[in-house]
Amino acid sequence: MPDTAARRRSRRDLTERLWLTAGALVVAGVLAPLGGLTYYAARGSGDLWPHLYRSVLPTAVETTAILLLGVGLLISVIGVGLAWLIAMYRFPGRATLEWALLLPLSIPTYIVAYAYLDVLHPVGPVQSTLRALFGITDPRGLPFPEIRSLPGAIALLGFVLYPYVYLPVRALFMMQSPVLLEVARTLGRSRPAVFWRVALPLARPAVAVGASLALMEALNDIGASSFLGVKTLTVAIYSTWVTRSSIEGASQIALVMLLMVLVLVGVERLGRRRQRFVARGGRGRPVTPRRLTGLRAVIACTLASLPVLIGFAVPASYLLVHALERLASHGLPPALGRWIANTMLAAGGATLIAILVGLFMAYMARLVRRKAAPALLRLSGIGYAIPGTVLAAGMLMPFATLDNWIADSIRWLTDARVGLVLSQSGIVLITGYVIRFLGVSSGGIEAGLTKISPSLDMAARSLGAPPARIAWAIHLPLLRPAVAAAGLLVFVDCMKELSITLLLRPLNFETLSTTVYGEAARGTYEDGSIAALTIVLVGLLPVVLLARSSFGDQQSRPSKATAQLAAT
Amino acid sequence: MTLTFRRAGVVAALASSLFAITAATAAEVNIYTTREPGLIQPLLDRYTAETGVAINTIFMNEGLGERVASEGENSPADILMTVDYGNLTDLVDRGLTQPIQSDTLDAAVPSALRDPQHMWYALSMRARTIYLSKDRVPDGAISTYEELADPKWKGKVCIRSGQHPYNTSLIAAMIVKDGEDAAKAWLEGVKANLARKPGGGDRDVAKDILAGICDIGVGNSYYVGLMRSGAGGEDQKAWGAAIKVVLPTFKDGEGSHVNVSGAAIAKFSPNKAEAVKLLEFLTSDEAQELYAKSNFEYPVKAGVAADPIIAALGTLKIDPTPLTEITAQRKAASLLVDDTGFDD
Repeated sequence: MPDTAARRRSRRDLTERLWLTAGALVVAGVLAPLGGLTYYAARGSGDLWPHLYRSVLPTAVETTAILLLGVGLLISVIGVGLAWLIAMYRFPGRATLEWALLLPLSIPTYIVAYAYLDVLHPVGPVQSTLRALFGITDPRGLPFPEIRSLPGAIALLGFVLYPYVYLPVRALFMMQSPVLLEVARTLGRSRPAVFWRVALPLARPAVAVGASLALMEALNDIGASSFLGVKTLTVAIYSTWVTRSSIEGASQIALVMLLMVLVLVGVERLGRRRQRFVARGGRGRPVTPRRLTGLRAVIACTLASLPVLIGFAVPASYLLVHALERLASHGLPPALGRWIANTMLAAGGATLIAILVGLFMAYMARLVRRKAAPALLRLSGIGYAIPGTVLAAGMLMPFATLDNWIADSIRWLTDARVGLVLSQSGIVLITGYVIRFLGVSSGGIEAGLTKISPSLDMAARSLGAPPARIAWAIHLPLLRPAVAAAGLLVFVDCMKELSITLLLRPLNFETLSTTVYGEAARGTYEDGSIAALTIVLVGLLPVVLLARSSFGDQQSRPSKATAQLAAT
Repeated sequence: MTLTFRRAGVVAALASSLFAITAATAAEVNIYTTREPGLIQPLLDRYTAETGVAINTIFMNEGLGERVASEGENSPADILMTVDYGNLTDLVDRGLTQPIQSDTLDAAVPSALRDPQHMWYALSMRARTIYLSKDRVPDGAISTYEELADPKWKGKVCIRSGQHPYNTSLIAAMIVKDGEDAAKAWLEGVKANLARKPGGGDRDVAKDILAGICDIGVGNSYYVGLMRSGAGGEDQKAWGAAIKVVLPTFKDGEGSHVNVSGAAIAKFSPNKAEAVKLLEFLTSDEAQELYAKSNFEYPVKAGVAADPIIAALGTLKIDPTPLTEITAQRKAASLLVDDTGFDD
C-alpha cells in the first residue's frame, strides 16, 4: 500500500509544518524587541563608538569579566559545597537548611545591596558595634573592607545567587550518583577523593546549568551594580542611554553584548553535550548520609548556615526592622492592597501564559523531528539573555506599532477613539514578562519532558491512543512537578522584575517593585520597606513550595529539581 | 463565516465598551513623569479634590521620551514631567512637545525658568550646594565650586556619580564659563581629592560626612530639608545635623548653579485644555507653597516663600548662565566624566 503510506507521510509532514509555523510565530514575537533594538542601533551613526571604545568599554568589559568570573567561582564553590554537605552528611539543622538554603531566591538583588550598604556603613550597626568592642572612637579607625567595590559586588551577588547551583547539584548528588560513589568507595577511595574524582566531574553539567542562569542574572543586574558603584557592561549600556542620551549607542552595545552571551551559551551547550549521558546515567536508591557528631557537626552546621544568614536572614531582618518602624509610625500604606493585587495580576497572568507557551514549545521540540524544532525552542528563551532595561526599550517600538495599528483600524471602522488598548490594558506588560522569562518556563518543561521515556508514548500509541490523549493523560500528570516548578520560578522573577514593569505598565498601575524603586530613588527607603518586605514574603511562598516539591518525595521523582533550573 | 461575524462582534463590543469608558471620564489628565510619585502625589490629590478632575500618572525612570515617541498620535500622555533642563530640552528636540499658550503660566514662571518657545515651564527649583562637616571644617573655608579641586581637600571630598544629571549639569555650566580644558582640569582635581569612589546619592554624602569618611561634599538643597525635617526618618536627622550648607558660586561670584523640575505638554495630548489648567494650578501660590513645604524645593513663582529650613541656608543668588548654553554642553560634560575616569 505505497499510496496510504505516502498519504500518511504527507499528513505527518503537514502537521509538522503547522507545529513549526506556530513555533516560528512565537519566536518572531520573542525576537520583536530585538527588532526594536536593531532599529534604534541602526538609526545611530556610531559617532559615540570612538569615545566608548576609548573611555568606557575597556573598563566595562574588564569589570564584567571579573564580576562574572568571581561570581561564577563563588556560587560554584558555595553551591557544590553545600550540595555535597547536605547530600552526604547528617548533622543538626540539616533538615531545615536543606530548604532554607533556597531562601535567597526570594529577595531581589537590588534590595540586598541597599540593605548591606546601610548595615555595613561606618555609622551602621556592624561597624559601630565593632568599634565599641575595640574601643575605637574615630569612625575611620576601623579597617573594614569597602562593600561599594567590585569584590563587594562579587560577594554580595555570590551569596544571593548560589541557590541556582545548589538546587540542581544537590538533586544530582542525591539521586544519580550513589551507585558510582559507592563503587568508588568500595574500590578504596577516601571520601574527599570520591568528591574530587567522581562527584565533582559528575556534577559539572548541573553546575553549568545553574551557573549559566545565575551569571545571566549577574550580567543583567543593574540595581545592585549601580548601588555598589560597579561599572559593568549593563551599567555602561544604561548610562549611555540615560546620561549620554543615546538610545542608539546603548542598543549597539546591547546587541554586541548579546552576541557575546550567545557565544558563551553555545560554548556551555557544547561542553554539556558531551557529558549528557553521564549525568543521566545510573539511577537508584538515594545516598545514605553519614552522621556527623561533635565538633564536626558544629562546623558543618555553621558552614551551611552562613549562606542563608548572609544571603537572606540579614537583609530580610533589616527590612523587617524598618518595616516595623514604619508600621508603628504610619501604619499600613493605604494602597498596599492595590500594589499586591496589581503585582499578582501581572505576574500571575504572565506566568500562566509563559507556562502555556512553554508547554507548546517544548512539545513542538519533542514531536517535530527536524533540526528547526530545537533551534526554535532555544531561540524562544533569548529574552533571558538580554538586560531587562534594554529589552524593555526594545519592546516599546514593536508593541506601540501594533497598538497604533489596532487603534487606527478601530477608528477607521467605528469612528471611536479607543487609545492604545494593548498598552492600557496591561497586555503589553504581561507580554513583556513572557518574552523576558519564557526561557525559564520552556527550559524547565523541556527538561521535564525529556525524562519521560519515548517508550511510554510508543506503548500508548500502539494501544491506539491519539497524540492529544497521550499528552493529556500521560505527559501532563508526569510533567506536573516540572510545570509547577517552572511556573513558580517565572512568577517570582516577574514579581521582582523592575525595568520592564516601569517602562511598559499602564497608567495608574503601581506594583510592589515600582513602589520600592520609587521610594528608594528619592531616598525615602523607609517608606518602601513595607512593599519590599511584601515582595520577600510573597516570594517566600513559591520558594517554600519549590523546596517542598523537590525535596518532599525525592525518591519517586529524581529529575525535578534539575528540571526546574535547566532553563534557557 | 461564523468566525468572521463573531470577530466583528467582539471588536464592536470592545470598541463600544471602551468608548463608554472614554466618554464617562471626560475630565482627566494623564501625566508621564520621572518624578517619584511620593513627590507630586500630594499636589495632584489636592487638585483632584478641588476640581474633580481625575489625574492618571505613570512614573518611569528612563525611557519616558522613547515611550511617548513610540506611542505616537494615539499616546494618552498629556503632561510630560521631568527633572533637569537637559531632559526637558531633549523632549523638545525630539518633537514630542507642543507650545503652550497661557498668560497665567507666563506670569508665574520667570522667563529664565521657562523655554523661550513656550515648550516647557519650570515648576520647582533646586540649588547644587556644598555640604561641610560641622565639626571639622571652619566657616567660610569654601565658597566656590572651583575650590572643590583645591589640593588642600585631598582625601576629603565625597560626591555621587559624575554621570548623574545633577553633576553633568554642573560640569556643563563650568564648561560654559571656563571652557572644556578648565572643566577637565577641575574634574581631575576633584577626582584627586575624593575620599571614596563616586556613588550613592546626595544624602549619602551627608551620611558619610557624619561617619567621618569625608569632610566636604556636593549635594542638592532640598535633601537638606528632607534630612533635617525628619521626613526621611530619625537616622537622617543626624545626617542633616552633621553638616553645614554653603550656597556656593562659581569663581566669578555670579551665583549658584540651579536646576529645575518642569513640565511640557505632549504633542498629541488628548486633554490639552485640562492639562494646561493643571500646569497653571501647579504654578499657583497654593501649589508652589506645597512644593516648598513637602519637597523643600525653591518655588519658581516670585513671592512664594521657601520652607524655613531652606530659607535658613541663606539667600539664593542664581547663576545667570543661560540654560540653553548649559544644555548644549551636557553631552560634552558626560564625555569628560568618562575621559577623566571620574567614576572609576
